[in-house]
Amino acid sequence: MERTVPPDHPGGVVPYGRRRGVGRALAPYLLSLPAGLWLLLLFVIPLAFMLSLSLKTCSPSTGACVMTWHWGEIPSEVSLYHQEFITSLYFAAIATLIDLVISFPIAYWIAFYGGRRKNFFLLMLLVPFFVSFVIRTLVWEFILADNGVVLGTLKHIHLLPSGFHVLGTSYAVIAGLAYNYLPFTALPLYVALERIDRRVLEAAHDLYATRRAGFMKVIMPLTVPGIFAAFLLTFIPMFGDYVNQQILGGTSNTMIGTVIQNQFLVNFDLAGGASLSAVLLVVALLGIYLYARLLGSRTIDQYL
Amino acid sequence: MSIKSEGEAEAALSTRDVKTSGRSSRIANLESADVEFVNVTKTFNDTNAVEDLNLRVEAGEFFSLLGPSGCGKTTSLRMLGGFEDPTLGRILLGGQDVTNLPPYRRDVNTVFQSYALFPHLNVYENVAFGLRRQRIEKQEIKRRVGEMLDVVDLPNFEKRQSSQLSGGQQQRVALARALVNQPKLLLLDEPMSALDAKLRRQMQIELKRIQTQVGITFLYVTHDQEEAMTMSDRLAVMWHGRVEGMGPPKDVYDSPTTEFVASFLGASNLLAGRIDSVAGRRTVVAIDGGGSVVVPSDRVPDLAGSLEVKVGVRPEKIGIQAVGTPVADAHNAVNGRVRVSTFTGVGNQYIVETALGVNVTVYAQNIGHQFAPRSGDDVVLTWPEEHTFIVKPLPKSIEMNETEGD
Repeated sequence: MERTVPPDHPGGVVPYGRRRGVGRALAPYLLSLPAGLWLLLLFVIPLAFMLSLSLKTCSPSTGACVMTWHWGEIPSEVSLYHQEFITSLYFAAIATLIDLVISFPIAYWIAFYGGRRKNFFLLMLLVPFFVSFVIRTLVWEFILADNGVVLGTLKHIHLLPSGFHVLGTSYAVIAGLAYNYLPFTALPLYVALERIDRRVLEAAHDLYATRRAGFMKVIMPLTVPGIFAAFLLTFIPMFGDYVNQQILGGTSNTMIGTVIQNQFLVNFDLAGGASLSAVLLVVALLGIYLYARLLGSRTIDQYL
Repeated sequence: MSIKSEGEAEAALSTRDVKTSGRSSRIANLESADVEFVNVTKTFNDTNAVEDLNLRVEAGEFFSLLGPSGCGKTTSLRMLGGFEDPTLGRILLGGQDVTNLPPYRRDVNTVFQSYALFPHLNVYENVAFGLRRQRIEKQEIKRRVGEMLDVVDLPNFEKRQSSQLSGGQQQRVALARALVNQPKLLLLDEPMSALDAKLRRQMQIELKRIQTQVGITFLYVTHDQEEAMTMSDRLAVMWHGRVEGMGPPKDVYDSPTTEFVASFLGASNLLAGRIDSVAGRRTVVAIDGGGSVVVPSDRVPDLAGSLEVKVGVRPEKIGIQAVGTPVADAHNAVNGRVRVSTFTGVGNQYIVETALGVNVTVYAQNIGHQFAPRSGDDVVLTWPEEHTFIVKPLPKSIEMNETEGD
């Protein structure tokens, strides 16, 4: 409907309304501006820079890079370091599995039997993780040291041979990974289990489901999105982790994260490091894509 | 919902005889599927949610537990379903003690207040859930689920997800999911509370029809007195964990025995008084505010020696007439002055200040050409002695404020 308003319209209703309209239309954009800038400056630009870097050729001595569209860097890096990729995949998979097995009963217990102290139990679960990631890992190095508190004592009372060691082995790296990422598994599982309507479980028992059937046919299917979210949140960062391997691992079990770090900081092979990072990113995106395809994109933000 | 022929629905449900009788853990096939609560008490945190409940529901009956929120009706139903353990007492199903059986060992199914459909399963799998747990053969499951979806008028809904259904459709799925197991007893926990008024009335009629056709005992929990009276063969009014009145709706409505029932089930004018004399079939009660009222002697409950009573009469039982007109035989009559006169369409509601010292509510149906006084007019209120009842007054310490349901 069109309405002509004379310019000297005394009420001023329309101009006022128009001003308000403009403000309203802009409000969502203005509100999202800080977050948008943050994303652009600290995520989109570095990402684009990193991806373009993988296609450049850099001089190892000066560090100057020229865009050469050298796609071959990626396959050559992958073939050079495929063993480290496989090691990372293997360590991250085992550690994620360990985390799922450990956290499921914990999350289940807190969600179903935590009662009024649920938040307290969650806090107890998280308190160790208020300490810095690196410091926690260093403490593990101290605990697992060849002649440290645990092994030293056990060796002293001859329960272990004097040559026994944990540090430097794959076991130490996997244990460190599993320990450091436990909350990232436990929390999404807890959220998924907590969201299950208890009345739905009662309905299952009412419909002749034994405790076991209720668990298998109701709790488990309803927890699957949470399990997948836990898997993503744990597996992807573990895959690129280098701290655990560097502190707790040895030379024979190098993970891809360590290689990337060395490429950038030791070898000054910027293009090589960027290429490996790009591959890592593709693996992560693939995981998220699978999640969205299998479980519906709507559920993803409920757990992340 | 389409009306199915009696025979069709019976055919759908007559498979009860051939169902899996092999599960020895389940209650064996019983002829009388009556329910019995024997001295059942349930205590939560030192408060009795249900207190010494004794109740018997006959096979094939539509029985309602009616009361305000927190009266113990849902707790009673949950104890029957196996979701709560009684603190004291026993629960019998068809004569067998099920007090300590888990829900999945009871031949009882429940329609939950929130429906509690399985969100990860479609309509077909929701309805088939109970049959699958009983390891019934696939073809049989398919047949029974299909038939049951027809009974609740949801054909071709098999593939729908429960989140795609309206409230009324969800309720029908919940009903089908329970009935498909052909239980001896169906528990319904306020199944209408999420429906709008019109759909609710429609579903009340549907539910009663289905119950008549399938012949299963229904135990229905509600706070809606109209709903309970519409559908029930018998009902029990609960308050503070106790049964305050039980019987066919008409009996409980017409002859309430406690003050709570008189007020909760419909409306009542209650006049405090004291029994003055008993002369054969007529008992005279002196009203505290002055005057007296005659009550049939068989309407006087056990007062445990006390003479303090409350006399009650329903607003619709009272006639309103002009001063000077003759009063019929065996009627109570009292003079008064109309304070408020409200036209409600289907009738007139009057609040009359009476010689008994209290205001009395009168409800007169709008059937035209009758005496219709205005406020300020002097009138005579009359009602048959047989429509007068006596209830034991509540102890003064108990407030009867909580009569609204949740």
